[in-house]
Amino acid sequence: MNSIFELFQYQFFNNAVFAAIMASITCGIIGSYIVARRIVFISGGITHASFGGIGIAWYMGLNPILGAALFGVLSAFGIEWLSKKTDVRQDSVIGILWALGMALGIIFIYMTPGYAPNLMSFLFGNILTVSSLDLYLLLGLSILTILVFAMFLKPILYVAFDEEFAKTQRIPVQFISYLMIALVALAIVLNIRVVGIILVISFLTIPQTIANMFTKDFKRMIFGSIGFGLLGSFIGLLVSYKINAPSGATIIFSFVMLFVIAKLVQLSLMAIRRREGIKQTK
Amino acid sequence: MNKLLELKSINAAYDDNLVLKDVDLVVNQNDFVGIIGPNGGGKTTLLKVILGILKPISGEMHVNGSTIGYLPQINQIDKKFPISVRDVVLSGLMGVKKLFGRYSPENSKRANELMDQMGILHLKNKNIGELSGGQLQRVFLCRAIISDPQLLILDEPNTYVDSNFELELYDILDNLNDHMAIIIVSHDVGTICSHVKTIACVNQTLCYHDSNIISQEQLKAYNCPIDLITHGEVPHRVLKHH
Ligand SMILES: Nc1ncnc2c1ncn2[C@@H]1O[C@H](COP(=O)(O)OP(=O)(O)O)[C@@H](O)[C@H]1O
Ligand SMILES: [Mg+2]
Repeated sequence: MNSIFELFQYQFFNNAVFAAIMASITCGIIGSYIVARRIVFISGGITHASFGGIGIAWYMGLNPILGAALFGVLSAFGIEWLSKKTDVRQDSVIGILWALGMALGIIFIYMTPGYAPNLMSFLFGNILTVSSLDLYLLLGLSILTILVFAMFLKPILYVAFDEEFAKTQRIPVQFISYLMIALVALAIVLNIRVVGIILVISFLTIPQTIANMFTKDFKRMIFGSIGFGLLGSFIGLLVSYKINAPSGATIIFSFVMLFVIAKLVQLSLMAIRRREGIKQTK
Repeated sequence: MNKLLELKSINAAYDDNLVLKDVDLVVNQNDFVGIIGPNGGGKTTLLKVILGILKPISGEMHVNGSTIGYLPQINQIDKKFPISVRDVVLSGLMGVKKLFGRYSPENSKRANELMDQMGILHLKNKNIGELSGGQLQRVFLCRAIISDPQLLILDEPNTYVDSNFELELYDILDNLNDHMAIIIVSHDVGTICSHVKTIACVNQTLCYHDSNIISQEQLKAYNCPIDLITHGEVPHRVLKHH
């Protein structure tokens, strides 16, 4: 056990822990919204579209995460705008955007003279090498997300539940929708550093699914997701350090393990309750 | 007579599919309008235009009522959404509370009274996914009327509802009609006609019928191909026989 605490002597490890906390908070809140609203596929589209931004920014010598943020938010706005059109098949468009982003990303990274960046770190993330800029951005996003949800939880919930009814109540439904989809895009992009493009969607959905097993209340789902996010990412972080594997993969693997354990717990709780129910009716 | 709503030669469409053509409608205080028409005739679309959810492609509309209560057709709702019955009912106050408003104890009390009146108080902490269709209809009725609107708009509120509550529902609506105008869409022509004051037939065009007694011939003249002979147990006393 001693060795875990010794790890805190290292700056990189402290950064990683901080990143895991920030990732759990942002993904816990935004992911609950994504799961409740059933926009998992849209979120996948935004994730992969943002890789185009990474490639272009890299080619132009800019910070790749800023490029991804710009690309992610713009494609999110595009998708939100499209969703109001009745004559387009939104999922097909998202599929195209998904592939286009990946293609652009690869093309621009290979066109960049000099050494090619470690593609693996974008695809799978590495929490052990996050920069301080990444951390500041994640901290800023956490604060913003907490503030927005603390102030507007009810309107956000109501608009997500029944947008048409919300419109009849003359509250700024459009503004809330665009604000939310922008937050979704930012949460995705800033967490790419931590878990990578391929796996970020699971950070946004697995802890939520686990929390959803035990509560159907939106607020509790948010807190539960943050809790399971923290637990899974700490386990994943330690495993990543021990076996020297990309943190994204180890974190997601621990999420899936938590999911399996939670499912077993849920099933046995249900069995116990059922047996007691039968006893009482006898 | 206080005019709450006025539509003048409204045309409405989804893309290039014209759904409402040259529709005129006036709703005054204390009106109780039943909207009937075939499936796909444009009843829901008309309500969406009135509610400002769908922008008409041409025509004029004036709404005087400060607030409108709305009960949507239930099949448009995500029943797995993580929201409690109580929250759905309170969400009817969004228009009054706007973005920053917090619910006062009076708001909660009013929500409890309404849920009690509709017989769903014991369900208030349940998730909406745990309710039956009829129970859900009552939740949405509470949401529609909690803000005490001047105009109440109901889209097929009697779907999924059992015949006991249907009678109760019309009693409740009769009482509400003392201080709010009501527009109700229903597929059950026989029952609806015996409770409303006037009838509007919607099948792309709208024909207003200034009474609640309507004959099969009149329906035909209104271009409204529906049968008056329904299978409900409620006798259609008010209907002319032929
Ligand atoms: N969101 C939509 N997008 C495209 N067409 C629609 C939409 N909603 C309804 N329609 C079409 O408009 C017509 C009228 O529909 P609606 O107003 O729902 O009829 P009703 O409520 O009378 O059954 C139908 O032909 C339907 O296919
Ligand atoms: Mg309809």
